[in-house]
Amino acid sequence: MDFDKELDARGLSCPLPILKTKKALNDLTSGQVLKVVATDPGSIKDMQAFANQTGNPLLSTTEEDKSYIFFLKKK
Amino acid sequence: METQSESLAMIPPDGALDRAIKERIDVLLEQRLEAKLAEIKAAKTPSMTIIATKGTLDWAYPPFILASTGAALGWDVSIFFTFYGLELLKKDLRKLKVSPLGNPAMPMKMPMGPAWFKSIRWNIPNAVQSLIPAYETFATKMMKKTIRKTGVAEIGELRSLCLEAGVNLIACQMTVDLFGYKHEEFIPEVKEYCGAATFLPMAKDADVSLFI
Repeated sequence: MDFDKELDARGLSCPLPILKTKKALNDLTSGQVLKVVATDPGSIKDMQAFANQTGNPLLSTTEEDKSYIFFLKKK
Repeated sequence: METQSESLAMIPPDGALDRAIKERIDVLLEQRLEAKLAEIKAAKTPSMTIIATKGTLDWAYPPFILASTGAALGWDVSIFFTFYGLELLKKDLRKLKVSPLGNPAMPMKMPMGPAWFKSIRWNIPNAVQSLIPAYETFATKMMKKTIRKTGVAEIGELRSLCLEAGVNLIACQMTVDLFGYKHEEFIPEVKEYCGAATFLPMAKDADVSLFI
């Protein structure tokens, strides 16, 4: 998937992946896509909840080699 | 006039029309109210108020984690620091300590060495803990090491993230007087020093209010 910015949140624990995602989204303009890579297993549910609450659609969640990859679209 | 008296004449004496009108109004009102409430809910920015009362390294986490996350979700967040919670507003956070003494729930594990060694839970009796000099300092050092290794944020970092995200940090003036603190000991970002009468109306209007 194409993306405009990538955030490496590997090795970070709750709530840092979410806080850094929020900050990274601030730098994007509407419609742009952010890729987030995290290792915190709690981030799977948290990223979905974050997307629902903030209205930035979560385009996909995949697991790859003990990492979780999220694609979020800035609303 | 005649029409009115005619229609009045049509009303059955048992008030059936009154009842019909009332029923219809109830239905319409309910529909309108639901739509209106949904509209208000969608337009409102959620808000959260937290009371932070604990001043140890472990208890410093919940208020800052919840506040920073709430702010990331786009909520308005305020934390009211009172009693020992004021320690979390000090300029120097390095003095925050954790004590396993009298806390049977705290797992005492070593953050270094092979896996089998790290998995040992050291059950040191309170009586022994209390006799070892600088036991709290040692436990705090171990916990800080574990925090770094597991990628958990440091308290100072979480507090900065809260401030960056616009979380209001409010201090209890009564506690400042009670413990003989000076405002200079606290970070300048403290939004205000006030009392319960200022905090409670904020909590009243908040969607989430927590006591930690």
